[in-house]
This record gives sequence, structure tokens and C-alpha cells, in this order.
Amino acid sequence: MKTFSKIYVALIILFLYAPVAVMVFFSFNSGGSVWIFESFSFDWYKGILFDTAMMEGLKHTIIIAILSASAATVLGTAAAVGILALRRKIFRSFATTVTNIPMMNADIVTGVSLMLLFVFFGRMIGLSESLGFITVLIAHITFNLPYVILSVIPKLNQTDKNLHEAALDLGCTPVQAFFKVVIPSIKTGIFTGFIMSFTLSLDDFVISYFTCGHYQTLPVVIYNMTKKTVKPDVYALSTLVFVVIFVLLILYNTVQTKSEQRRTLNA
Amino acid sequence: MNKKSFGSRLVAAPYLVWASIFVIVPLVMMAYFAFTDSSGVFTLSNITQIGKYKKAFLVSILYAVAATAITLLISYPMAYFMTKMKVSSQRMVMIIVMLPMWMNFLIRTYSWISILANTGIINTFLKSIGLKPLHLINTPGAVILGMVYDFIPYMILPIYSVMSKIDNSLLEAAADLGSNAFSRLRRVIIPLSMPGVISGITMVFVPSVSTFYISQKLGGNKNWLIGDAIEYLFGAGPEYYNVASAISLILMILILLCLAVMSRFSGDEEGGVIV
Repeated sequence: MKTFSKIYVALIILFLYAPVAVMVFFSFNSGGSVWIFESFSFDWYKGILFDTAMMEGLKHTIIIAILSASAATVLGTAAAVGILALRRKIFRSFATTVTNIPMMNADIVTGVSLMLLFVFFGRMIGLSESLGFITVLIAHITFNLPYVILSVIPKLNQTDKNLHEAALDLGCTPVQAFFKVVIPSIKTGIFTGFIMSFTLSLDDFVISYFTCGHYQTLPVVIYNMTKKTVKPDVYALSTLVFVVIFVLLILYNTVQTKSEQRRTLNA
Repeated sequence: MNKKSFGSRLVAAPYLVWASIFVIVPLVMMAYFAFTDSSGVFTLSNITQIGKYKKAFLVSILYAVAATAITLLISYPMAYFMTKMKVSSQRMVMIIVMLPMWMNFLIRTYSWISILANTGIINTFLKSIGLKPLHLINTPGAVILGMVYDFIPYMILPIYSVMSKIDNSLLEAAADLGSNAFSRLRRVIIPLSMPGVISGITMVFVPSVSTFYISQKLGGNKNWLIGDAIEYLFGAGPEYYNVASAISLILMILILLCLAVMSRFSGDEEGGVIV
């Protein structure tokens, strides 16, 4: 049984990583094919540095990911605090519904509905080109918000509510109490929300595709490239992105583990 | 925070306004486009035209159901075996399962072409050992494989996280009361892991039924899904926005119906993630 389960897990991991291995392998191909390997070379890695479309896409993706994750983190943290303070049932259920919709809905529906809104208002105020930087940013903030809210709310529920009151009794203003007591106790939730937003934004294709116009993010650039025959340069770029995300994930995990260790030590 | 100040309630306001404008209004807009013609006059013709896309709808649902079922069958034992590992290895396997999710999904899908193509890795291998090449790419099987591959972490992770919280003493109690391994699985583990299964099913079914990239790349142009129809029509120009909106609206209603049925199964009447 033990060996069977080990083999099973190994097979699943093999299945998960076979295409990744193929991608990494062919990114070092000296030839132009993604299934016939000629010889080992770094040419495609050098090539992507001079590929303006890809570099522009990468730049756009990073800008959008940083801005949208930051905006969603601030707005979402405030929202989480506020939603828990809501007393009227109708507001609470409205908040629950609007938070769940973008998570439940298919990306394509979220994407096209936002596009319709942008195009409609663009036409109303007489813009010839209504899609671009602002619209893709708004779209990303919108789909990131639920993830921030849902990572902050459990942390807020865990915090000792007396702490906040103690701070008020000891003379903090509500704003001071919020920044000195509430924020430090939910910061892991805020951090998780930010990282989740950042990676979701980095990876999003479908919603960006419908809302970005000429401000193409990297996945949209890649989509347009894979419409034609793909050369190993896309693989090289993806390998680089993969490595960056891998490092980020390791970093995130060490931070998580450390904070957990600290918590167990304190307890 | 027993006395919730007016101020702390007010900080939710920017979010509620934002979500109203960018979550609710777009859906209203989609419904508006679906029920009007290109000059803004009310019409039902967009909805009646959907009959033309009946096949795409049926194929999408069929493929998505197949992909979801296969994913569940593969993932359930995986999640179970994960919970039986040492805690440190559990964490590592979880990261290993999650990692491909952060890789560009277009490239992950595209890599399968390298593997499945007529002159790809599998067929090169088959030829080298003297077997006949197989026709793998541009088949329904390839599309379903792509769906399974792309969305399998969304099935493994929720099932694993629910299963790992099952109290071991329940299993011990069941064993003490004379139930064997099979009946412990059937009467303790499976019922208690249902919430994970339900959320896994929805997290795989929704992106599968609405995908358009996987079918384009792995299905050639023979396996047109509903996502492809939407993408094609929106790309074709503003005069097709109305029909495309109608299809999107139907797709959304379809998905919501599925979610409602699923949440009925999980017995979670609240259905709310927040409260």
C-alpha cells in the first residue's frame, strides 16, 4: 500500500511536470522547432531581450500586477474591516454576493461584461479607443479584490477584539488603534492577499484579453504569438517567468513558516 | 470592537461602490446588450439565434463533465495519499502541485502540442521502438486531457485541505467499532471530504466549460466550444456584440444553475464564503 501510494503520487507529479519539462528543455534548443531538438544553446534567451513586443508585454504585466495588487490590497483590507462592522443584514448579503460573483463566474463572462461596460462608456464620452491601461488595471483590481477580502477576514475574526478596545481605553484615537493594533495582527492575511493578487494578475489571460486593447500584457502577447507557429523564444521567456515565480513562492513560504514558528514560540 | 463605530463601517463603502460599478453594472450591461439590437432597440432575436450554437453548448458541457469526472477520479486518491505522508512532505507536495498553476496557462497548454503532435515526442518515441504513430492532437481526447491537466490542482488542493482536517480519532473509533478500511473510506472519509469535492468540482467545471484556448490549440478547429464562439464573435466586431452577449448571458446562467445544484449537494444553505 505504501509503495503503491508513493508510485501514484510520483505519477501525478510526473503528469504535472511533463509539459513544464518539455518547455524548459526546448527553450535551450538551437533550432526553431518546439518538438525536434537540435543542439543546446542560449540563443533564445538572448533573443528575447531584443524582442520588443515581449519586453513591452512583460513591462505592462509587471506594472499592472504591482498596481492592481497594491490597490486591491488597500481597498480590500478596508473592505474586510468594514464588512465585518456592517450590521444591516441587507448590506452584509450584498457584500457577500459582490465578493462571490467574480470568483464564481467564468473568467470569460467577467472579461466580456467588463469590456461591454468600458466600450459602452467609451462610446458615450466619445472615445475612439476605449480599452487600454486604465481599463485593464480596473479589471485586475476588480478580480483581485475578493481574494484580498477573503484572506483578511479570517485573520480579523481571529484577532482578540479586546485589544482594539484596550488601545482605545489607553488613549489611542480609532485611526491610531487601527494602524497600531489591528493592522499588525492581520498583516499575514494582508500579505497573503497581496501575493495572491500579484500572482493572479501576473497569470491572468482571459480577462486581460478582453479589456486590454493595445496595452497588451504578456499573456496576451503570448496568445498572439501562439496563433502563429511558436518558436522556442516563448518557452525561454516562460521558463524565466517560472523561475521568478518559483523564487517568490519559496520566499513567501519561508516568511509563512517563520511567522508560524514565532507564533508557536510565543504561545 | 463591540461598539462598532460608524467610521469602521464606512471603510467598506469604497469597495461596495467599486463592486457595484465593476461587478454589477457590467452584468446588467451584458443583459442589456443581449436583449437589444445594435441600435439599442429591444429584441429577442439574439436569444433565439442561440439555437445555432446548440452544438457548441452541448459539446462544451459534455467535455467539461468528462474532464471534471476524470479530474475527480485522479485527484481523490492523490489527496488521500497526501494526507498519509509526513507533515513536512505534505507541505512540499502541496507546493509541487501548486507550482504549475503559476506558470502561464497558455504555455502549459501549448507544451502539450510538443508532446502530442503527429511528429511530437510520443510519436517519435513510438516510431523509434517500431510502433505505428497515433493520431493524438486535434481530437476530443486531447481537449479533455488539456482541461484535466490545466485544472487538476484546483481539484487536488481543496480535497486535500478538507481531508487533512479530518480528526484521526474518528477513524480510530470507526476501526474500534469494527469497520474495515473500505467501510471507513465509504462511511467516514468520503462523507467528511464532500465539501472539498464539491468545491473542487466547481473549480474545475467552471473554467472547463468556458475555456477557449485549450480547444483552439489541442482540438484544432474541429472541437468548437462555447468559449470559442464568444471569443470569435467579440473579435468579429461591434455588430456581433449583441449575439455574443446573449451567448455569454446563457453561459453565465448555466454556470449559476450548476453552482446552485452543487451547493444544494454540499448542504451549505448559506452559500456564503464570508459570513
